[in-house]
Amino acid sequence: MTDRVRAGRRGGGKGDRVMVPPAEFRSYYGRPIVKKPVWTHDIAAYFFTGGLAAGSALVAAGADLTGRAALRTTARLTGLGAILASTYFLVVDLGRPSRFLNMLRVAKPTSPMSMGTWIFSGFSAAAGLAAVAEAAPLLPRRGAVGLAARALPVAGRAGGLAAAALAPAMATYTAVLISDTATPSWHAAYPRMPFVFAGSALASGGAAGMIGAPTAQAGPARTLAVAGAALELAATHGVEHRMGLLSEPYRTGRAGTLLRAARVLTAAGAVGALLGSRSRTVSALAGGALLAGSLATRLGVFEAGKASAEDPKYTVVPQRERLGTL
Amino acid sequence: MNSLFGPIDPAKDAGYTDAPPRMGFFTDTSVCIGCKACEVACKEWNAVPDDGFDLLGMSYDNTGGLSANSWRHVAFIEQAAPSPAAMDVLREAEATVSTQFLGMPSSTLPGTEGREGRDLRWLMMSNVCKHCTHAGCLDVCPTGSLFRTEYGTVVVQEDICNGCGYCVAACPYGVIDRREDDGRAWKCTLCYDRIGEGMTPACAQACPTQSIQYGELDELRERAAQRVEVLHQRGVTEAKLYGHDPDDGVGGDGAFFLLLDEPEVYGLPPDPVVTTRDLPSMWKHAGVAALGMAAAAVVAFLGRRP
Repeated sequence: MTDRVRAGRRGGGKGDRVMVPPAEFRSYYGRPIVKKPVWTHDIAAYFFTGGLAAGSALVAAGADLTGRAALRTTARLTGLGAILASTYFLVVDLGRPSRFLNMLRVAKPTSPMSMGTWIFSGFSAAAGLAAVAEAAPLLPRRGAVGLAARALPVAGRAGGLAAAALAPAMATYTAVLISDTATPSWHAAYPRMPFVFAGSALASGGAAGMIGAPTAQAGPARTLAVAGAALELAATHGVEHRMGLLSEPYRTGRAGTLLRAARVLTAAGAVGALLGSRSRTVSALAGGALLAGSLATRLGVFEAGKASAEDPKYTVVPQRERLGTL
Repeated sequence: MNSLFGPIDPAKDAGYTDAPPRMGFFTDTSVCIGCKACEVACKEWNAVPDDGFDLLGMSYDNTGGLSANSWRHVAFIEQAAPSPAAMDVLREAEATVSTQFLGMPSSTLPGTEGREGRDLRWLMMSNVCKHCTHAGCLDVCPTGSLFRTEYGTVVVQEDICNGCGYCVAACPYGVIDRREDDGRAWKCTLCYDRIGEGMTPACAQACPTQSIQYGELDELRERAAQRVEVLHQRGVTEAKLYGHDPDDGVGGDGAFFLLLDEPEVYGLPPDPVVTTRDLPSMWKHAGVAALGMAAAAVVAFLGRRP
């Protein structure tokens, strides 16, 4: 028998107003209608490392142009590490990892993953070059190697600037990627998710700079970290509260726990960044909190999407409301 | 780039210049008897592996739903106190086959009532890939593995699929899925290998009651409209078409249905919309966020030489 199930808010956390009236809906034995995304946490981790790489590329280019050598080095090396991790996460999550290169056989505007593959490829090459250029001082100054060593800083700057130019796209295309699905709470969030991801990327990129560079040079990274954290908090709040029933998965279950943790970590990190501008220790702690907050945000968003696909309520009720037949 | 929304001819939109007529399925659930011949025929012809041998406790449905390993799925819904007209139609469908159906649900002990006295009905529906006019799976596929055929259908090229899983999340009907041991995405091909030879897809060929009808989509839509008319005249006022309308959220389905209850009762979304309809707006929002990031970086570094 198909059941009429009472759908609506259960209990409700303290301070949360009841925004969604209870709704009745019918389903096929309570089974999901849309398929739950098959992606694992590797993809959520990639959202974090990709954002970190993008934020770091902006910090590195700014540091390069304003003569902050230590900040530039730390941001470029963070970017390289994040890119390598991203590549790993992207490949292992494929059903057929050996066919990863099939991603490069077409460039398809209707597929954010295809567009993203090209953005990621270009970004990685440019940011990778910038990171390799950091090895220039370690190379001998004579002979053919010496010639390369002298050319590297110029190439590094060119690569770094190219990476910075691609960084905003690198940080935000992933928001388009998850929004361009039938996963109810991801799709509904498409006007907000790019801002969550942009903020999260800036916060993490700035945080890495705060951890790796002396406080005398880390000023702009700190500014970016705080601005990013503020954007991340504000946009995530919108996702959690402004989408009616489809906000519910962001507030409940594992997603709710992760996003609450993200809020605390990001807010604490931002306060620490503001107050600890003279202390390397406080800066590093604040940076750590911001990085953890950014990761928790990505994981929370990821979990919320999965939860919204698993319960037919989130597919049926909004569609019925759209039809005006609920 | 193909168009993202609205009523179009998908083969033409995909670039075919001299395409044959669009082909599809009309699945008339009012004459489905739940024999599952379609499920079996599909597996046999397409060499689809088993989907596990589970007892799900959902009436006679032990398949559960469409998946990488189930390209046809027969849903069973037991309903109390249907209208006499609805029972007439069901009995008529049963009478078209010689098999005695002992398992039809009843509120009394099995065998105490004949076909005439039953007071419960089964809604049965053979679900399948909709071969949407605007197919989310095809739009988002990053490798070009999913493609539009000359018949307007949507097919996976398994030698290209790298198992990225994007199509799985993009389908508004929850049809396409990744096969666990194989890693690639699989779904109904509308028997692309058969229809190219002028043959009928395996499921439609096997269906004993013509619940699954295969043909030119335009003709099927006419036939379906007539069938609804007939059912309405006979008092089955709940009969309605699903997925037939080129103006719906996916531009109309290549495989559409006649249903006797609301779509969600059968596990179908009541108002599916292809996710890529909103893609231009998604990129615009991302563009604003990206510009904001760049601006923040410029401001953070401007005028702050150490």
